[in-house]
Parts: sequence; C-alpha cells; structure tokens
Amino acid sequence: MRLSPDEMIFWQYGFLKLNATILFTWGLMLVLVVGSMLVTRRLSKGLERSRWQNLLEVVVTTIEKQIEEVGLRQPRKYLGFLGTLFLFVALSALCTVFPGFEPPTGSLSTTAALALCVLVAVPLFGIEGQGLGGYLKSYMEPTIIMLPFNLISEVSRTLALAVRLFGNMMSGAMIIGILLSITPFVFPIVMTVLGLLTGMVQAYIFFVLAAVYIAAATQIRQPKSEPLNPPPKPAKETPWTA
Amino acid sequence: MDSMTIIAVASIVTAGLTIAIGVVGPSLGEGRAVATALTSLAQQPDASATITRTLFVGLAMIESTAIYCFVVSMILIFANPFWNHAIAQVAGK
Repeated sequence: MRLSPDEMIFWQYGFLKLNATILFTWGLMLVLVVGSMLVTRRLSKGLERSRWQNLLEVVVTTIEKQIEEVGLRQPRKYLGFLGTLFLFVALSALCTVFPGFEPPTGSLSTTAALALCVLVAVPLFGIEGQGLGGYLKSYMEPTIIMLPFNLISEVSRTLALAVRLFGNMMSGAMIIGILLSITPFVFPIVMTVLGLLTGMVQAYIFFVLAAVYIAAATQIRQPKSEPLNPPPKPAKETPWTA
Repeated sequence: MDSMTIIAVASIVTAGLTIAIGVVGPSLGEGRAVATALTSLAQQPDASATITRTLFVGLAMIESTAIYCFVVSMILIFANPFWNHAIAQVAGK
C-alpha cells in the first residue's frame, strides 16, 4: 500500500523524478490558471453576465468576506495569497471524485511547501504592517523571557499546518483503500463523500489559520497609556427580546 | 526471537496503542467543544455564523492531535525506518 502519491514515479532521469504528486499539481495549476484566464478574458460590467463570471465572482467575494471576518481590514491585499491557498487545497480535495486522481495534498512534500509559504509570508506581511522594529518587538511580547517560546511556536505551528493537512488527506485515501478490500460495494462511496466534506473543511481550516496568523502579525497594538472608554451599557429597562 | 521479529512486534503493538490511546483525548475534547457550541447556539441563534466558524476551526485544531497519532501509527506500519534498516542489514549479510 502506498503512503503517498510520491511513490508513483512516471519518469526518472538520475536525480530528477517526475512523480504523481508533481504531475497532479501541474494539472491543478493548469486547470486553475487556464480556467480563470478563459473566464476573465471577456468580463462584462453590465447586468448581464456569463455563468462562469458569476461563479468566479461568488468565489472571490466569499473568500474576501471570510478574510475580512477573520480580522484583516483590507482583504484585497491578502486575497492573492490566501485565496490561492484555499483554491488549490479545495480543488485538490474536490478532484478526488475523478477516478485515478490522487490529491497532491496527500503528500507531505506538498503540504510542507504550502506551510513554508505561510511561514515566509507571515513575517513579510507583519513587517509591512507594523514595520521591522515593531514586528521584531512582537516576538518578545509579554516579556523578553518569552522570546524562545515565540520562536518555537512559529516553527511548531508550521509543522502542525503541514502534518494536519497531510494526515487528513492521506487518511481519506487510505480508509478508502482499506474499505475497498473489505467491503467493496457501497461503503467506499460513503467514505468518499465523507472525504469530500473533510477535504473542504481542511481547505477552509488551512486558509483560516493562515489568515489568523497574518492577522496576528499585522495588527498594530494600541498604546497602553490610552484611557479605555468602556462601551456604553444598554439601558437596564430594555426588556430582552428573544 | 531475532531482531526483525522484535521490531515487527514492537511496531505493530505500538501502532495499535498509539491510535487507541491517542484518540481518547481528542474525542473527549471534541465532545466538550460541540456540546458547548450547541449550548451557545441555543442561547444565541443570531451568532450562529461566528460560532460555527470558530467551532470548525477549533475542532480541526483538536482533531489534529488525533491526526498526529494516526500519522505516527501509519509510519510505524507502512514506512518504518527501523524495519528498513533491519532489512538492509539482513540483506547485507
């Protein structure tokens, strides 16, 4: 039994290997890029739109709204990075309905690469948001004693991102493989449906966690000396309306 | 028992123990999280979007500890480094 699509090698020349992970990743990239290029070639500003433009608009505005709800004020700035992460992971989970397709996110190399992108992007956005000094100061936030622990958490959450996505996608494929040898009639289909749900949830999780990390790195802290204005309390006479 | 048998027995038993013990904590935690989320959903149905989103993110983070156990047990069974080492040594003899 294969643990990941890395072990399915199509072509090899010395050190260079062309395995299923790379091929399926290229395929997904091709679908995403060529698809959106074809759709956005003729955009209409009027009321009448093609159905593909409607689809893309729904996807983009939903992602934008989710980014804003996480706490990032200007979602347009982060839409490119976070939206790409979400679309890639979600599409690779969705495409498992095609027989013969193995999700490239079921390989630890892909998920580690995605998590490394997050690891690099968070300091970049953080430095852009609050300056180099302000960002570096956030590492020794409560006291300077916490500096090594903040550094460790930076690494460990990257590892957690990678292993979480890999484990979920790999377990989906593996459970289907095991069930095919035990009860090959109906149950694999049920587990495939469950795998689709898990894949979408994991794509959402990956995207939201990346957004939360970026939001935590970019927020500008209020100075402590500023007097706190408590929000006005609701009048006590108002009855609860449920 | 030669060393390969010991490695095989240890790997299989440890894989079972890993997933069996490692699943207990996350399942208790997920049960508590869902119960609390349902309570707050019943109290505040207006905030259902926020509660559901936070619940899903939290569940995934709790669940990831169980996933780590699963990955470790899968590695022990299908991609065991000690097993490969032992096989290489036997083949080298």
